[in-house]
Amino acid sequence: MMFPIRLEQVAFRPDGRRVLDNLDLTLSGEGISIVLGPNGVGKTVLLKMIAGLQAVTEGRLLWGDNGHPVERIAMVFQQPMILRSTVLDNAALGLRPLGLSRRACEARAREMLERVGLNHRAGHSARLLSGGEKQRLALARAWAVQPRLLLLDEPTANLDPSAVEAVETIVRGIRTDGAKVLMTTHNLGQATRLADDIVFLADGRVQEHAPARQFFARPESPAARHFIQAELPWRIRFDE
Amino acid sequence: MSETLLEALRLLGTFDAKLMDIVWLSLRVSMTAVVAGAVIGLPLGAWLAVAEFPGRNALVVIVNGLMGLPSVVVGVVVYLALSRSGPFGSLGLLFSPGAMVIAQMMLVIPLMAALTRQTVEDAWRDYALEFRVMGFSRAQSVATLIHDCRHSLLVALLAGVGRAMSEVGAVMIVGGNIDNVTRVMTTAIALETSKGDLPLAIALGIVLMGVVLALNAGAFQVRRWAMRRFG
Repeated sequence: MMFPIRLEQVAFRPDGRRVLDNLDLTLSGEGISIVLGPNGVGKTVLLKMIAGLQAVTEGRLLWGDNGHPVERIAMVFQQPMILRSTVLDNAALGLRPLGLSRRACEARAREMLERVGLNHRAGHSARLLSGGEKQRLALARAWAVQPRLLLLDEPTANLDPSAVEAVETIVRGIRTDGAKVLMTTHNLGQATRLADDIVFLADGRVQEHAPARQFFARPESPAARHFIQAELPWRIRFDE
Repeated sequence: MSETLLEALRLLGTFDAKLMDIVWLSLRVSMTAVVAGAVIGLPLGAWLAVAEFPGRNALVVIVNGLMGLPSVVVGVVVYLALSRSGPFGSLGLLFSPGAMVIAQMMLVIPLMAALTRQTVEDAWRDYALEFRVMGFSRAQSVATLIHDCRHSLLVALLAGVGRAMSEVGAVMIVGGNIDNVTRVMTTAIALETSKGDLPLAIALGIVLMGVVLALNAGAFQVRRWAMRRFG
């Protein structure tokens, strides 16, 4: 088991600038956790550390009973990488390192394209897809490897509402398939729709980690209250 | 002057046997060198783009510098290596088309590697994080990047073709410009001009220019098609 994931006293100070500072966080293996916080607070750095893309030089990152992740991790970025090839080739890309046969890769990729509603475009050029379709393709690629942990870095930034809704439906599907989802977003409406729990970062630390309903109804830290108030003023007035 | 030009056109129009032999040998030697050079130069350039090791930057500078390698220097080096007393003298390749292929390969490999490195490095900057999360090996990354940049890498191939077909010094030294054996377009043009046989030299020049222009036009069309097809 690679859960719970524990970050203990983790710090990240590039060029002396404090981004993460003695951050402590424990993540369970279920549900959708959403990381909220102002710009530059280290949300993406946190995801990269968990993905192994950013070295943890101060503090510790612990995976369940093991020192390293033993199950698959997938990550989808705000601007997903799209190869100059077909939609099907792009969906199958993540399966290449797994040593599956070409036929098995194609079958799995087609199944995932079907799930994200892109099977009819399997033979089309992936680079000519719309922004929303590209993000669905990136999710299909991540889903294809059957990850135990899926990291999503602002996957719906710059997408229109219908594309956002499609992405959210896919994310719920991936969670239902048994993956733990850890996601960053600036869209508080999306956080209320998707999150099981909220990790709120400010000043380089976890200011609050609470069930989503509790976080939005009764944020405990002043920083979280200000953050939500600025984003969702009607909710605060309603709750008061 | 007009008589010379007319004679050159006659040689081309009648597919003069001597002219065609020279053209055919040139194409065989240069295309073999370019294909073999691409097999080495493209992966080498792509590997340089993704590799991280001490001294990488120095190696990049050296490969870039080798793009301007004088062909006569390559000719001398290959000549020494293939001469009877050289390390590969026993192969008996000196003054053969094989020696010319080796010399041209040495000229095109750094050129293709340097251009490939630049193209692939730009793509690598965009793709590196996702490849790492997916668990791609270095070899899988290199293969995927070469495939993804394939249309841009046509430029590297074309540069290699241009370099191989247009050089004189190296093939003159290692081939010897032997009639019917190692005489290619560039060495024949140099020789026939010095002899005063301008019609053959002009005819060969027209073919040389035609081949280069045709290849460039083809590559241009492929790139246009690729942009429309793959974005």
